[in-house]
Amino acid sequence: MKAYETVIGLEVHVELATKSKIFCGCTTQFGGDPNTHVCPVCSGMPGTLPVLNKQVVEFAMAAGLALNCSITQKCKFDRKNYFYPDLPKAYQISQLYLPICRDGGIEIETEAGKKTVRIHEIHMEEDAGKLVHDPWEDCTLVDYNRCGVPLIEIVSEPDMRSAEEVIAYLEKLRLILQYLGVSDCKMQEGSLRADINLSVREVGVPEFGTRTEMKNMNSFKAIGRAIEGERKRQIELLEDGGKVIQETRRWDDNKDTSFAMRSKEDAQDYRYFPEPDLPPIEISDEWLQAVRAHQPELRDEKMLRYEKEFGIPEYDALIITGSKQLADLFEKTVALCQKPKEVSNWLMVETMRLLKEQEMDPEEITFTPAQLAGLIKLVDGNKINRTVAKEVFEKVFKENVDPEAYVEKHGLGLVSDDGVLRSAIRQVIENNPQSVRDYMGGKSRAMGFLVGQAMKEMKGKADPGMVNQIVKEMLDAM
Amino acid sequence: MKITEDTVKYVAALAKLTVSEEEQQKVAEDLDRILDYIETMNGLDTDGVEPMSHVLPMKNVFREDIVTNRDEREQLLRNAPKQKDGSFAVPKTVE
Repeated sequence: MKAYETVIGLEVHVELATKSKIFCGCTTQFGGDPNTHVCPVCSGMPGTLPVLNKQVVEFAMAAGLALNCSITQKCKFDRKNYFYPDLPKAYQISQLYLPICRDGGIEIETEAGKKTVRIHEIHMEEDAGKLVHDPWEDCTLVDYNRCGVPLIEIVSEPDMRSAEEVIAYLEKLRLILQYLGVSDCKMQEGSLRADINLSVREVGVPEFGTRTEMKNMNSFKAIGRAIEGERKRQIELLEDGGKVIQETRRWDDNKDTSFAMRSKEDAQDYRYFPEPDLPPIEISDEWLQAVRAHQPELRDEKMLRYEKEFGIPEYDALIITGSKQLADLFEKTVALCQKPKEVSNWLMVETMRLLKEQEMDPEEITFTPAQLAGLIKLVDGNKINRTVAKEVFEKVFKENVDPEAYVEKHGLGLVSDDGVLRSAIRQVIENNPQSVRDYMGGKSRAMGFLVGQAMKEMKGKADPGMVNQIVKEMLDAM
Repeated sequence: MKITEDTVKYVAALAKLTVSEEEQQKVAEDLDRILDYIETMNGLDTDGVEPMSHVLPMKNVFREDIVTNRDEREQLLRNAPKQKDGSFAVPKTVE
C-alpha cells in the first residue's frame, strides 16, 4: 500500500453567549418547551424586520482578535437561500462576501512540536430550528426555539493532518472562546459543533484529494473516531482503484462508519445576495480599539501569572487554566483565603480525583469558592485534621454542604481542650508503663508510640501538635 | 438570448415555482430583456467607486442585548396547517 497523508479542515459553529437572539428579543436559553422562545421575527412572519444585536458583533470581533484575525471594518450580511423546514424564512442570514474576520490562526501543540492552524474567516449568522422525527406519525416536528440564536462559524484552512491535531485545535479554540466569555462551548448542548472536511493524498503529491464533509460532530471522541473511519474508507477506496466522490456524509458513531447522506435532487445553489433588510456595519477604529482593550486575560497569560503571582508549579497552572471554570474557582477561592498553594492542591488532587470518579467535566462543578475557602480555613486553623478534611471535601463536592456547619453537626472537629487531652494522655501513660520505662531509658522512639496511642484514644480527632507537646511535657515531668 | 429555457427550469426549481412549458419561453425572453436593460450599467465608468449594497444612507443599526419577548406559542401556531405537542408538524424530512 502507498503512504497517504490525511488533510483536514474544519468549520466550527459556535453559539454565542448573548441573552437574546441575533435579530430579535427572544431568549437564547437552551431547552424550553418547543416554540416558546419564538416571535414573529425569528419565525419569519411576513412584514417583520430583523434588527442586529450589537453584542453579537462585539463577540465576533473579540473572537477574531483572540484568533489573530484582521477585522473587516466595513462588513455586511448576505442572504443564503434554501428551502428546508428548519428555516422558516426560507433563507438564512449569514455572511459570504465580507465576513467580519479574516486571515487568522492559532498555534497548537502536536507530537512534532508547535504548529499553526490558519483561520480562513469567521462569519456571523443565525442558527436554524430543530427537527425531530415523530416516532408515531409519519411526520417531522419543528421547534424554532434555536432559530435565530447567534452563531459564529470559524472556518480553518486545511492545515490539520490527524485526529490528534484536530482535537488539539478544537480544545484550544474552545478554551479561548470560553475565556473570552463569547460562548459556553457546551458540546452536549450543541453550542460547539464541527463539520469536518477530509481528504487523503499520496505523500508527496502537491494537489489535494477530493474531500468529503461530515456534519455536526458534537463530541471530541466521535470526532476522533469519525476522522479515523473516514480516512480509512477513502484510502481503501483509492487502493481499490476507486474515486472519492465529493459529498456530505453522516458519521454513525454506533456503527463506527460514515454513510452518504441522500443527496438532494438539485445541486446546492444558495444564490447568495446582500441582505436588504440589514444596513451595513461600519466598525470604527475607536470601536475596535475599545473591544481590544476589553479583551480578558487568556490562558497563556493566566498560566504565567499563576506561576509568578501565586508561586504554584507550572504543571498545576497548566491543569487549572485548562478550564475556565477551574481557573475562576481558583482565583475566587484564593481571594477569600489567600492560600494559593492550598487551593491549588485541593483542585489538583481531591477535585480531580472526584471529577474522574464521577465522570464529570470541570464545568459541572457546583461547590462555591466560599465553601472551599471555608474548608481550607478549618484545616489551617487546626480545627480538623487532613483525613477528616478529605471526608468533608467529598461532601462539599457532592452535596455542597457548608464545611463549618457540617464539621460542627457531625462532631468532626479536633479536640483542643487542654483538660480533655490531658486526662486522655494521663490514661495512656498509666496503661503503658513499659513504654514509659523505655523512654526514660533513652529510647526516644517510645514517645511516638505513646502519642499514637493517645491519638487512637481520641479517635484521631486530637490536634497532633498539642498531643505531642503534652506527652513530652508529662514524660519529662516524671 | 443568454437566458435559455433550461436556465428558467433550473431557477424555477430552486425557487420551487411551477412554470408551464408555454410560459417557459416567454419567461426566458422577459428575463433576457431585464438582463439586457441592466447591461446598460456596464457602459458607466465605475473606476474608483466603492461597491454599494444598500441604497439608504444608513449603517450600524443595532439593538441592545435584552430579552423582550415572551412565550407566544399559541399565537404562533394559530396558522400552522398541522401541529403536534407544541410543534409545527411537517411532512417527514429525508435525512
